[in-house]
Amino acid sequence: MNEIVLEARNIVKRYGHVTAVAGADFDLRAGEVLAVIGDNGAGKSSLIKVLSGDVVADAGEVLLEGQPVHFRSPHDAQKAGIETVYQDLAMAPALDIATNLFLGREIRRKGPLGSFLRMLDVKEMRSQSRRQMDELGITTLQSITQPVDSLSGGQRQTVAVARAAAFGRKVVIMDEPTAALGVRESRGVLDLIKRITGTGIPVVLISHDIPAVFEVADRIHIHRLGRRAAVVRPSDHTMNEVVGIMTGALPPPDPSEKVVPA
Amino acid sequence: MTDSLELAGEKAAAVPDTTGTRAATIADRFFRNPVLGPLSALILAVIGFSIFTQNFLSVDNTSLILQQSVVVGTLALGQTVIILTGGIDLANGAIMVLGTLVVAKMASGNHGLQVPALLIGFVVCAVLGLISGLIVSRLGLPPFIVTLGLLTILTSVSRLYTKQTVLVDDGPLTWLSKGGYLFGQFQITFGVVLVLLSVAALHFALTRTAWGRHVYAVGNNDLAAKRTGINVSRVLLSVYVLAGLLYALAAWQAFGRSPATSPNAYPTANLDTITAVVIGGTSLFGGRGTVLGSYLGALIVLVLQSGLTQAGIDPLYQNIVTGVLVIAAVALDSITRKKAR
Ligand SMILES: Nc1ncnc2c1ncn2[C@@H]1O[C@H](COP(=O)(O)OP(=O)(O)O)[C@@H](O)[C@H]1O
Ligand SMILES: [Mg+2]
Repeated sequence: MNEIVLEARNIVKRYGHVTAVAGADFDLRAGEVLAVIGDNGAGKSSLIKVLSGDVVADAGEVLLEGQPVHFRSPHDAQKAGIETVYQDLAMAPALDIATNLFLGREIRRKGPLGSFLRMLDVKEMRSQSRRQMDELGITTLQSITQPVDSLSGGQRQTVAVARAAAFGRKVVIMDEPTAALGVRESRGVLDLIKRITGTGIPVVLISHDIPAVFEVADRIHIHRLGRRAAVVRPSDHTMNEVVGIMTGALPPPDPSEKVVPA
Repeated sequence: MTDSLELAGEKAAAVPDTTGTRAATIADRFFRNPVLGPLSALILAVIGFSIFTQNFLSVDNTSLILQQSVVVGTLALGQTVIILTGGIDLANGAIMVLGTLVVAKMASGNHGLQVPALLIGFVVCAVLGLISGLIVSRLGLPPFIVTLGLLTILTSVSRLYTKQTVLVDDGPLTWLSKGGYLFGQFQITFGVVLVLLSVAALHFALTRTAWGRHVYAVGNNDLAAKRTGINVSRVLLSVYVLAGLLYALAAWQAFGRSPATSPNAYPTANLDTITAVVIGGTSLFGGRGTVLGSYLGALIVLVLQSGLTQAGIDPLYQNIVTGVLVIAAVALDSITRKKAR
């Protein structure tokens, strides 16, 4: 059984008097793709925002590799190796693709220009960005120096995914990364997810695309009314059963199966 | 990060870097260059006035315009950085004026105290910047209101501090206008050199360092900046403190323009700097713009004033022209922003 990389217990997150997350548990195991599915408003995004430091939970605890962590900002989570693609994007529209890819972790020039004048190595960042895009098979971008606001929603999403893939060291979280993408681009993201887990880094994928979830996920975390209703393996259930649990039409499977050993 | 960048990528269909030919790239850069607008406006105004008036392009007049640009030009740099983060500073003139008063009172009649007094001036202005920065970044209050409050407070504080005009002796404080470089007949004072250096240094910091990119990112979308791992509140704080230091530099420049300081000096500096910034092509919504443009904006206003005066036109018309220019610049920005989405 694979060890747990990221774990959350009894997370509560309220916005005013809306309780978005109502005592949710979560666990992510080494090397797996964990899909998180649930109706709109079930609290999926709020839960992963707690894991990525974007919001601070009102109650509950988060453990990374068994150690309690208290992320107060996305920066804290990134330092710990957790990289996130947010559902509503996190990019500076007026800045170009390469700048956005490296935002917050720019590469400085070698020598005194970098250490003393803090000058950026723009060339290096551009060439690494270009290489990253090539490797992801992202071919629809004209140029790495295009400002992000000249990109389509799908292209922006791909840039965000590329960013997370490049920098995630322990966990990569993607909140509906394919929602705005065309068929070919979605395919690219799914392939990328497989490639990331191929390097041993587990991926959390929030998605409404049930067939895609069944294709890539090792386990499916079903979120309902602010908490985890069940965790199932795609091989043990049909898509209809899973959707049934998600909507409440079917009861969750026996709790003893809830955390499926890997 | 490099190891994860090297995710096995056998199917890597190479991205054609279709910025195309070198010539296309240069043309592209040229038209995307945000300084182009204000620069062409300035050149057009200069050409126009030198055709239609006698003395506009004279050595004395151009040298004078440059010297007139140093105070508002320097203040406008601080204003630009703040506006780039999506803020605005209504208190910049008041901070500078209080700075000059503190320095002048300390150094008045004592030549030897000029340099220490100037240093104290830098501390005072930086602390005032720090105060607005803390309120804006930690409490999240709107910069417009915060700096409006600070302006109101400082205006009174300055008058409580001294009601009269304070004079300083010639010395390090007035040095910026006392010397310079001669190019034939054309004199460039140290003050002008300093403002140009300030523009260059800030341009470098904004375009070539991580800090600069974070300033733009915060102004673009502060939530997104936070999510990319930028410490938004630290960036904001650094910007307001830096602006305070630039206002102190402006205070020093002000001594070069006149050794007499008074709490009533530069009453419209805040609006003048916003005018320069806007004409210079910086977006009031934040995230887009350049310090070079702002300095050009300050020059454009001065060129218009000078040229229209030389052409014998009632000074009241100068303000009308400036006002029209401001609205035109904002309209242009709004159109560009709409196109960008
Ligand atoms: N910033 C916010 N302020 C107020 N309510 C919010 C906020 N974010 C989410 N919510 C509410 O919390 C609930 C869960 O939202 P969310 O986590 O986005 O769900 P999901 O991602 O599963 O669609 C919804 O009712 C939503 O309206
Ligand atoms: Mg969501």
